[in-house]
Amino acid sequence: MALKGLDIFKLTPKTNCKECNQPTCMAFAMKVASGAIALTDCPHMSAAALDKFASATEPPMKTIDIGAGECAYKLGGETVLLRHDKTLVNSNLYGICISADMPDAAIEAALTEMTKIDYERIGKRMYVECVYVKCNSDAVRSAEVAVKAVASGRVPVLDCADPDIAKSVLGAIKEAKPVLCGANAANWEAMNAVAKAADAVLGVSGADLNELHDTVEKLEAAGNKKLILDVGSVSIKDAFANAVEIRRAALKDGDRTFGYPSIVNLAALAPGDLVTQAALASIFTLRYGSIILMERIGYAEALPLFGLRQNIYTDPQKPMRVTPGLYPIGGANENSVCCLTVDFALSYFIVSGEIERSRVPVNLLIPDAGGYSVLTAWAAGKLSASSIAKFIQEFEIDTKIKNHTLILPGKVAVLKGDLEAKLPDWKIVVGPNEAIQLVKFLSTIN
Amino acid sequence: MPFIKKPRTLKPLGAVSIGTGERAVKIGGGNTLPLYFFDAKLSNPPAVGVELTDTAWDAAELPLLAKAYEGAATLAERVACAANMKGVDFVCLRLEGADPGGDNLSVEECVKLAQEAAAACTKPLCIAGCRSEEKDVELFKALAAALQGQNVLFLSAKEEDYKTIGAATVLAYGHKVAGESSVDINLAKQLNVLMTQLGIPKESIVMNLGGAAVGYGFEYVSSTMDRVKAAALEQDDAMLQMPVITQVATETWAVKESMASQADMPEWGDLEQRGIQMETVTAAACLASGSDAVILRHPVAVDKIAALVAALI
Ligand code: SF4
Repeated sequence: MALKGLDIFKLTPKTNCKECNQPTCMAFAMKVASGAIALTDCPHMSAAALDKFASATEPPMKTIDIGAGECAYKLGGETVLLRHDKTLVNSNLYGICISADMPDAAIEAALTEMTKIDYERIGKRMYVECVYVKCNSDAVRSAEVAVKAVASGRVPVLDCADPDIAKSVLGAIKEAKPVLCGANAANWEAMNAVAKAADAVLGVSGADLNELHDTVEKLEAAGNKKLILDVGSVSIKDAFANAVEIRRAALKDGDRTFGYPSIVNLAALAPGDLVTQAALASIFTLRYGSIILMERIGYAEALPLFGLRQNIYTDPQKPMRVTPGLYPIGGANENSVCCLTVDFALSYFIVSGEIERSRVPVNLLIPDAGGYSVLTAWAAGKLSASSIAKFIQEFEIDTKIKNHTLILPGKVAVLKGDLEAKLPDWKIVVGPNEAIQLVKFLSTIN
Repeated sequence: MPFIKKPRTLKPLGAVSIGTGERAVKIGGGNTLPLYFFDAKLSNPPAVGVELTDTAWDAAELPLLAKAYEGAATLAERVACAANMKGVDFVCLRLEGADPGGDNLSVEECVKLAQEAAAACTKPLCIAGCRSEEKDVELFKALAAALQGQNVLFLSAKEEDYKTIGAATVLAYGHKVAGESSVDINLAKQLNVLMTQLGIPKESIVMNLGGAAVGYGFEYVSSTMDRVKAAALEQDDAMLQMPVITQVATETWAVKESMASQADMPEWGDLEQRGIQMETVTAAACLASGSDAVILRHPVAVDKIAALVAALI
């Protein structure tokens, strides 16, 4: 939030000494407000004034770094409540839960199931980023389990409200830059010391939003601004209300105390019920969960949730694109027909889905069409007979595919003549207008 | 300092009622942003519908779905099973058999099926066509007459056919109609304007804004709904205040996550579990974005989504 000139003037010593090369402190303040010069150009600013300025110009929600090395992530830093208002910047993370009370075999099974989920979707690696470790009263055992979590190559999120145990567990894993959850109204001072010593982000919880607000204020006053707020596990309704209230207070009402990422433990909200946990994970992905924890995540959960997250965290100004190229679908080979669409991810998904449904092997050709839909790309000159011919040549489709049948989207049927002239050894077929008609169309083409 | 909760009171939107008598269900009529039931005493919660088609589901790899319809041989029996499923507020019958590219059942045959279904249905009924424009118009005309007095919701009228469908269903027989647009706030609004200009009362229109399975361009669905609800609740835009209904099942059960058999994708695991989660996650995301009613297929998804809505109230 920008400070007004007058507010900045109040921070200056008001001596008009001109050392900043401005005639007066007021002139200086006005220039700082407009962004023309920096506050530090005045050598006489007090530390308190600099502090006040820094906190007044801070973004409404802090960006918190967690994890280390290859598993380092940024959380928070959002400026809008809904993606269409601008864009969401740091996507939420998902995690699974293990505990020091679980037998080793169960822990291994959970971690093995989790590490199996590792695939690519529209150019991004999909995997579970966090492992939540619930410590118990045995510090040695807790540390042992935490080490297993680190060994799985994910960010450990510790849950431990006992500062002594937390200290010893952190001692074993602090290189991983974990999150330490467990600070509350009663133990915040000791927990703060432990987290600071290990440079860990501190997770804060409260009996209700008032208590949480209070504790965060105390932690900030003690100099800790690396926090994550626990939305609680009193009830599903309460947790959702808290997640929304916290984010809304920070972004809409300028309450900086709540300007931190959140953590949601769905295993505690719907224990043993993976379907409800998945539904909740979906809601919290859209509405203000930053770290979302589930009992387990298998492919059944990962496929929809990771797809949803990838959709929601795209910049509305830049549609998702697929890499241009040749995509054989349904076991297509060099003797299968070719079907062409554009590199707009949505077009690709819908067309490839329909081709799969048809069970007809098809080579899907994706030229560079600027990331637009078929009609838009054509209107913008990004999809033309020459761009298609160039694509065929560049990607050596001529030699890679023996079946020279090319199905063109019905919406750009006008390109047929030109294309036949440019690709004389190809048979150009006009396909349907809508992807949904592809199944029927493909069943007749063979 | 304690947290200062700001009051957020919004005017309740108009609801659309389907079905008759004690069995009637209200769709829409919310007075909070989607699922923000902590903001105000809730005027009406979202509704959950279950869909079935005139032909039985291919449930070869879906034992839980098959079990829900166990022993039901006729359409009437299957409709009765659907209506009794835990969590169901209304039933959506999709007349897929009418598709000229498929079974191509005659309008008369479809009317007979729909009448049997309506007689067996203990919940409000919603009827969806076969997505062939000409056939659906003929079908809806005949069905509206045959189901007179039952206050059925017809899915859906589009910009091309809203005049015929709107006149035949709402104006002639007092049913309800959904206006279908394709994931675009302006098109949705335009269709509502056109339908109201035709004389269809606001209280008889629901919006079918279009859908997508999560992962398949769902950002367009969610952002469109976000904007529609903001316009309806915060900017008092009367032409976007109609309730939103979303056909979740038809989207999610058509993507490979819910279709590829375990034999084809061994690492993905059980097909039915995948289908349930795809449907549940998409339904929850629709509700969080603004759907006032979601139409699902799998009994587990129906049950869990209904229970989740209840837990949020
Ligand atoms: S240097 Fe500082 S104190 Fe001196 S005139 Fe500039 S703003 Fe005022």
